[in-house]
Amino acid sequence: MKILVPVKRVIDYNVKVRVKADKTGVDLANVKMSMNPFDEIAVEEAIRKKEAGEAEEIIAVSIGPQQAQETLRTALAMGADRAILIQTDDTVEPLAVAKLLKAVVDAEQPGLVILGKQAIDDDSNQTGQMLAALLGWPQGTFASIVKVAGDKLEVTREIDGGLETVSLNLPAIVTTDLRLNEPRYASLPNIMKAKKKQLDVKAPADYGVDTAPRLKTLKVEEPPKRAGGIKVKSVEELVDKLKNEAGVL
Amino acid sequence: MAALVLAEHDNKELKPATLNAVTAAAKLGGDVHVLVAGSGCQAVADAAAKIEGVAAVLLADDEAYAHPLAEVIAPLVVSLAGDYDAIVAPTTTNGKNIMPRVAAQLDVCQVSDVIAIEAPDTFVRPIYAGNALATVQSADAKKVMTVRGTGFPAAPASGGSAEIRPVGGAGNPGISSFVRQELAKSDRPELTAAKIIVSGGRGMGSGEAFSIIESLADKLGAAVGASRAAVDAGFISNDHQVGQTGKIVAPELYIACGISGAIQHLAGMKDSKVIVAINKDEEAPIFQVADYGLVADLFEAVPALEKAL
Repeated sequence: MKILVPVKRVIDYNVKVRVKADKTGVDLANVKMSMNPFDEIAVEEAIRKKEAGEAEEIIAVSIGPQQAQETLRTALAMGADRAILIQTDDTVEPLAVAKLLKAVVDAEQPGLVILGKQAIDDDSNQTGQMLAALLGWPQGTFASIVKVAGDKLEVTREIDGGLETVSLNLPAIVTTDLRLNEPRYASLPNIMKAKKKQLDVKAPADYGVDTAPRLKTLKVEEPPKRAGGIKVKSVEELVDKLKNEAGVL
Repeated sequence: MAALVLAEHDNKELKPATLNAVTAAAKLGGDVHVLVAGSGCQAVADAAAKIEGVAAVLLADDEAYAHPLAEVIAPLVVSLAGDYDAIVAPTTTNGKNIMPRVAAQLDVCQVSDVIAIEAPDTFVRPIYAGNALATVQSADAKKVMTVRGTGFPAAPASGGSAEIRPVGGAGNPGISSFVRQELAKSDRPELTAAKIIVSGGRGMGSGEAFSIIESLADKLGAAVGASRAAVDAGFISNDHQVGQTGKIVAPELYIACGISGAIQHLAGMKDSKVIVAINKDEEAPIFQVADYGLVADLFEAVPALEKAL
């Protein structure tokens, strides 16, 4: 079985996000960029499946600017076998990403696609589900356990109030939640080896997909700041304030 | 113009998140219909019909919908979509699972996690873990969206008398099946519906220590929350997580104990009416958003608070 793992280059999760003064977006100039954390978990899960003998090849794919090659090299250094960059400087919305990924799936015929449940930039949480819909494949979203069971996949999902386990026919789509695994760090020798691994660069037009956005961003603003309150000196004062000032007890 | 709201339920009860989604759908300006897809779920349909502002309830009562599998529910929603200009679901794990599948089948770009509706085609949604708010305009003829409960007040659960129309199933593609569910058994209110939430963070130090949080919560009739740090450390299960990657809550009172106040946690609770922070580190960022801050050892302050109530 081949596993396809889409990865996205996003602002590093430790970076403090600043909204641009002209309200057109978030300032990404000279900001550290990294692989989306949920996608790292997806890459790790694919590698573990390969190490367990359940997969033969892992293909990482990214849609984004030229610099997304670095993100793909990270995936290769972790253990992916080869990579595809669909290079574009445009904003590509989840639906268009799903259409491009469907074209890659049609060409590569993987048995499993593992994606992060959401990217930490636009927080859409859509691409995996959309790809599943376009392919007519089942989906195991927000996965915390993924087990291959014969010709099926058993996925334990994090749902409101607890866990749910579903059985999916293969081929299938999985999207990762935080507790699926802890991604490994790439070792220096593997980083060196990754530089020699195959990385194909394509364009959206190669796949015949229209990536024109459907959403127009009118403005991006900072959320209203919450005014800080006061410090109380004791539990008694706290209870008094909650009862008599805030009126919430 | 009419909007279809996907009801959140467990075949027995209509979940409160549905009420917020109804309010959001009503803001789009047309009739609001509610789809109840389940098995043996007449009681849910009856409850949905009583929601103020709901004009009709579509009831798809079929064994195939006993569990809300996206592969089965999405084709049903798509089969009904022709009559609607908008399809709305609450931002629950169900809504997040099903709606993008619906949107892709309709060739529509979904708008996720809407917190405000400025016009029938213009929506505000948080991005970058709530560090920015984007106002977006959708060019799609049909709008597909998930709405955040804290952005819209709950519609009154009584006062309506909508007709209930049975709708036919769209079949089961047979590519997935339900195996089992392990839901946390608790008499405490649900996080997203609770009026009071008591949350613990990394400062709790261990899973056992959460017993003082639970004890205080029970005294207050509150739900128990946690920061991602506490979940990652294995102190408590993930369904308690409040934050951008967990649940978004806005209770009347949020009591944060041993929580430093990472951005990702604040994104999940900063819309609470009153925030109390108990932390021994007076520099903790949580104090910047707290209405009442108490610099104290939580292992002394939390039991003392319980006693003082």
